[in-house]
Amino acid sequence: MVFQVELPQVGESVTEGVIGKWLVSVGDRVRKYDPLVEVITDKVNMEMPSPVAGVIARIVAPEGETLPIGAVIAEIDADEGQIGQIAGAPAKPADTLGSLIQGVAVGPTGAANVPQQGDQPPPGKSGSPGRYSPAVRRLAQERGIDLSKVRGSGIGGRVTRKDVEGYAGEQEASDGPGDRRVPVTPVRKMIADNMVRSASEIPHVWSTVEVDLTGLVALRDEIKERFRADSGHSITYLAFAVSAAARALHEHPMFNARWGGDHIILRGRVNIGIAVAVPDGLLVPVITDADQRTVAELAAEIDRLTGAARTNELRPQDVQGGTFTVNNTGALGSMLSGPLIVPGQAAIITTEAVIKRPVVVAADGEIAVRSLMNLCMSFDHRLLDGSDAGAFLKTVKASLEAIGPETALDSPLQAGD
Amino acid sequence: MPEMTVIEAVREAMREEMVRDKAVFVLGEDIGVRGGVFLATDGFLQEFGPERVIDTPLAESSIAGVAMGAAMHGMRPIAEIEFADFIWPVFNQIVGEAARARYGTDGKMHVPMVLRAPYGGGVRGGLFHSQSPEAYFAHTPGLKVVAPATPYDAKGLLKSAIRDDDPVIFLEHKRTYRLVKGEVPDGDYTLPLGRADVKMSGDDVTVITYGLMLHHCAEAARALADEGIGVELLDLRTLRPLDREAILDAARKTGRVLVVHEDTEALGIGGEVAAIVAEHAFDHLDAPVRRLAGPEVPAMPFSPPLEAQFMISSDQIATAIRDLAAY
Repeated sequence: MVFQVELPQVGESVTEGVIGKWLVSVGDRVRKYDPLVEVITDKVNMEMPSPVAGVIARIVAPEGETLPIGAVIAEIDADEGQIGQIAGAPAKPADTLGSLIQGVAVGPTGAANVPQQGDQPPPGKSGSPGRYSPAVRRLAQERGIDLSKVRGSGIGGRVTRKDVEGYAGEQEASDGPGDRRVPVTPVRKMIADNMVRSASEIPHVWSTVEVDLTGLVALRDEIKERFRADSGHSITYLAFAVSAAARALHEHPMFNARWGGDHIILRGRVNIGIAVAVPDGLLVPVITDADQRTVAELAAEIDRLTGAARTNELRPQDVQGGTFTVNNTGALGSMLSGPLIVPGQAAIITTEAVIKRPVVVAADGEIAVRSLMNLCMSFDHRLLDGSDAGAFLKTVKASLEAIGPETALDSPLQAGD
Repeated sequence: MPEMTVIEAVREAMREEMVRDKAVFVLGEDIGVRGGVFLATDGFLQEFGPERVIDTPLAESSIAGVAMGAAMHGMRPIAEIEFADFIWPVFNQIVGEAARARYGTDGKMHVPMVLRAPYGGGVRGGLFHSQSPEAYFAHTPGLKVVAPATPYDAKGLLKSAIRDDDPVIFLEHKRTYRLVKGEVPDGDYTLPLGRADVKMSGDDVTVITYGLMLHHCAEAARALADEGIGVELLDLRTLRPLDREAILDAARKTGRVLVVHEDTEALGIGGEVAAIVAEHAFDHLDAPVRRLAGPEVPAMPFSPPLEAQFMISSDQIATAIRDLAAY
């Protein structure tokens, strides 16, 4: 009968041992207590005696191996009658103990207090509906919750703290009569996430200037039919605004930048995003290198991008890499906006509705009817201050107000006064 | 970082402190020539000489008494009680005298000594090599009682204990000595006495423990993670003073608290922790505070199956956590 020889416990705190030299070989006959192997621990070195008489059948643990106490190191083909004598030595605790403790009456200090797995009733049995833990009562009071309405998930239907927290969460989100829920589209979700990030991370400051577009209105009225006929695109105020902004970004590079925490990144290219309303929400396609393009090229690109946005044909590269944003809120009739900056940019401007109004013309004090537009800007106060904003808006305003009958569309906008 | 065992961390803490401070010396039974019964002071006699590594007679009351006298005169003794089971003769020296010295002399005298004692069972030690004496000392104002569970904590806390100006009982669980290995930074560092440490983080049940049981609790917690039960595991590390804030934070986090220790239950550390929670976190409790502790029998039995039954197993801990999570 094969007997498995285990690495013995050789000291109170010893948990492992190193197999030293084997003193027997496979096939050797050993008597009980004959030395089998050297065992080395950091406390003691010993020769392990054979627990049985028999023939060495197998040596499992090689010399030099570190093994936990109890690991099988060899097998002995034990002589008849040997196993019975040593039975109990390697017994597994749990097996014998069940009968020892449960089957035998033990004295007054004994078995009653030995914790058997599962023999104590779970603490929850006494809980019943109507009896609540302090945590549950406190939460219910704080949040004004009627506990009789909360479904309990604990033992016996007991209401737990998590049940109350879950119920409170549902209540807060729950609907009034007639309300209905519509799912959030991926675009909506993305807008929501970006806007929360913008509003919570960026310290926004708003600024507005009034721009006299009388010259631009006259120019556009004069050329728009011919432009469409020649190029197939419409010439919009937005093309001029983007061109003016691109120019200004060149002069004021801190507006074409992003906040980096302990540094500021000045962007190498001027890529201007334009907001386009679509049925799902809002898309912001990007005009790359807007500062390199002529007004006519900008008009064509704006036409292409807004068309593609509305027909859902924008390519990934059409919406990436923006460094600044222009939003033509005036197209919706707006006169004043406080836009949110696209995260990763320094500022955003909006062009508001162009409106004819009587104004005092500065040159001679006369009152004249002029086409006026508000130009609104939000800027990141971490990078920029009010004086920067004033200078930037002044540059854009000057470029736009300098537009007249002579302004060329086959070049970027020129500087104003 | 090098990995070492608890006993190696203990040895290194003492060795570094003896190098750092000439007032630190060690005394105890078999600690010199023999290097300590667990080899905690292995090589110390050769390195520091017989004046700083003192083999004492087998008389624990004199070990504590000599240490206390030396401490009152400017030394920083580390006294070793070979097994915590033999600590009872020092009770008068430590509880009756050392703990009260500062208070009784209005601060004119104090006792900067450490009494190290290997304790705990699960090592086939039987009635006289397995005991957990922490509750007796943790009851005493004027003493600090430390019981680390990991090599990192053992080294940092033992150094703090040696540098502390008042008596510290430093309890080292024998079974962790060579069983528990962990990374320990090279060189000098200390950990504050009186601070517990969150060893695992979870939302469902808080388990508060110390010593060897920390490792059984962690094993249970890892198993329960697969069942979706998250365990906040707090290692007390110091048993007096208890880290009240850490206990309350951990209790409030889940509202369900299990205290586990190998020492017997009645009037033990678990009872004190439970009382702190009940008094100061009542409004956050979502279930009764539960204790899982050694059985109410006089000593750890020698018979291996009985010893295994005496020790709290990770299975028992897992069952208790499951019950508490379901409550």
